[in-house]
Amino acid sequence: MSMTQHAEPAVTTPPAPGPKETDGRTSRRPLALRLMARPEVGVFLGAVAVYVFFLVAAPPVRDGAAMANILYQSSTIGIMALPVALLMIGGEFDLSSGVAVITSALTASMLSYQLTTNVWVGVIVALLVSLSIGFVNGWMVVRTGLPSFLITLGTFLILQGVNLAVTKLVTENVATDDISDMDGFSQAKKVFASSFDVGGVQVKITIVYWLVFAAIATWVLLRTKYGNWIFAVGGNKDSARAVGVPVTFTKISLFMLVGFGAWFIGMHQLFTFNTVQSGEGVGQELIYISAAVIGGCLLTGGAGSAIGPVFGAFMFGMVQQGIVYAGWNPDWFKAFLGVMLLGAVLINLWVSRQATRR
Amino acid sequence: MERKTRTRKATAITAACAAALLLAAGCSSSSGGKQSETSSGTGSTGKATTARMTIALVTHQSPGDTFWDIVRKGAEAAAAKDNVKLVYSADPNAGNQSNLVQNAIDQKVDGIAITLAKPDALKDVVAKATAANIPVVGLNSGVSEWQKLGLMEFFGQDETVAGEALGKRLNEAGAKKAVCVIQEQGNIGLTQRCDGVKKTFTGTTEVLNVNGTDMPSVKSTITAKLTQDKAIDYVVTLGAPYALTAVQSATDAGSKAKIATFDLNKDLTGAISKGTIEFAVDQQPYLQGYLAIDSLWLYKSNGNYMGGGEQPVLTGPAFVDKTNVAKVAAFAAKGTR
Repeated sequence: MSMTQHAEPAVTTPPAPGPKETDGRTSRRPLALRLMARPEVGVFLGAVAVYVFFLVAAPPVRDGAAMANILYQSSTIGIMALPVALLMIGGEFDLSSGVAVITSALTASMLSYQLTTNVWVGVIVALLVSLSIGFVNGWMVVRTGLPSFLITLGTFLILQGVNLAVTKLVTENVATDDISDMDGFSQAKKVFASSFDVGGVQVKITIVYWLVFAAIATWVLLRTKYGNWIFAVGGNKDSARAVGVPVTFTKISLFMLVGFGAWFIGMHQLFTFNTVQSGEGVGQELIYISAAVIGGCLLTGGAGSAIGPVFGAFMFGMVQQGIVYAGWNPDWFKAFLGVMLLGAVLINLWVSRQATRR
Repeated sequence: MERKTRTRKATAITAACAAALLLAAGCSSSSGGKQSETSSGTGSTGKATTARMTIALVTHQSPGDTFWDIVRKGAEAAAAKDNVKLVYSADPNAGNQSNLVQNAIDQKVDGIAITLAKPDALKDVVAKATAANIPVVGLNSGVSEWQKLGLMEFFGQDETVAGEALGKRLNEAGAKKAVCVIQEQGNIGLTQRCDGVKKTFTGTTEVLNVNGTDMPSVKSTITAKLTQDKAIDYVVTLGAPYALTAVQSATDAGSKAKIATFDLNKDLTGAISKGTIEFAVDQQPYLQGYLAIDSLWLYKSNGNYMGGGEQPVLTGPAFVDKTNVAKVAAFAAKGTR
């Protein structure tokens, strides 16, 4: 599969099929096939399959509260999977995203605690720190031309060490102090970590953010110039530059978007659990990347969608919690997860092959 | 053009940081925070006049774990008192841990304290240390293997015994069904704890694996379990942070299940006094680190063997509940209990 194959249409034509199709050439292929050619359809079918499977295998899943819990788990993965997916469409990826979440939470918590400020001060500084991490990642990738794998592997290790060492230096412990009695906490908790009642079921606010962010990301990808730039730089950087796409800006801003996501989830964790352990977050980056890949984003860049990773994250949440709801032997937990995910990816692949075959 | 954008961005970031700091000055919190923290004295007293020696402590700690931080603090306190230079290193991977022990041997340290989470992997390197006339003591994990490997002394709790003690406690509380939450699948010490609970608890015990590096997922997995099985009336976690998360899970699931846990930290003592967590089994990690270093010093300076060199010195299980939490809380706040 060559990269240009995916990139070319992205540069020259808008990636979304417009609502009006009077062009005689497109009508040759049936609607179902055309739908299936979209990258997110495979994962959608996979998600439906997993959902139906657990609906049958695990009776508690049929309950509204269980669904709220599954969606909550999915949303904490999904909110990060979105910018991670956009970055992947833009041809790069970020291994530091998992620990960056913890860096953000640690910054907000320790800054406001140590200086005894309103927690919002910590929240804002944490946002700046997160965006700068993204900026540095992006700037180094663009400047050096090295694979983002190497650059972000470096920042991953740096952040992991800094998280631990700075926390220990500042708090003399490896976890932060409880900030739940400080000014602004309850306000911030409302914004980042509240829940609301829908027909007797407690729904976490992250689910709303997740869907809103997904909608915005979809709109940006399909309807804006910036969206086209993302596809273009991911497909072929040089030809994108040749047709006037600001490659540097696009790539750096995508990394900063991941920083924003890390900040958001970091704040959610801080205001849910009141304290943060500095060693957490390692390994999460692979889960975000997996959710994006299952969601139809190519590891090579230039193709993908924002809605695909939503289903990818949903599948993660569904499988992870479904196994527990089904009451299965937990020793097999990781194995179940792996089999389900591989299965989903294979369905995904099969569907897109069927769809693109003439 | 590129350069200009960059400079502008850098300026913007600097300006924003400065603004935030100014903001910080005017936005102080009237409650909580560092300012309300009471200052507490350190526990150190005199200092030994014996010759300066170097002791290595090599554990299987994974980075950023509150438990191991307490072990290390104990070791540091003993080192400061005994005029010992402490060399601390850790790696959860057994092969790497054995390399770190080799590193200590190469440094010609005067004593080595190690944890035996994976005893077989450390067998050879322990033999090398003994051959080099370096005394080796064990701590925390490996209560059934330390003698086989030729270690001098051992400090820790028997995980199975601790689990059994917790199981008995559940019987006293009249529990019917407990779920034992393992945050690191495949860790032998954690498995032994749950096995211990299973052995003495007369009700049913189920095991639940969660992803310990991702708190939101820990939270929703425990919620899922409590929803799936309404009969669960006790959640047993194997680390303090997970116990605090389990409290939220129980609320989310609308479950009346009570929470008990292994290991302490300062937030947990607060939860015990509030009554949201029933009790904790404390294996006194501070004591493990302290005794391991102190025993090597005693051996070097006075030829003593703790436990007579025959028996392990047990540091747990000590129960912390509402009746005695007040005594422990002040020490936990310092991060030493």
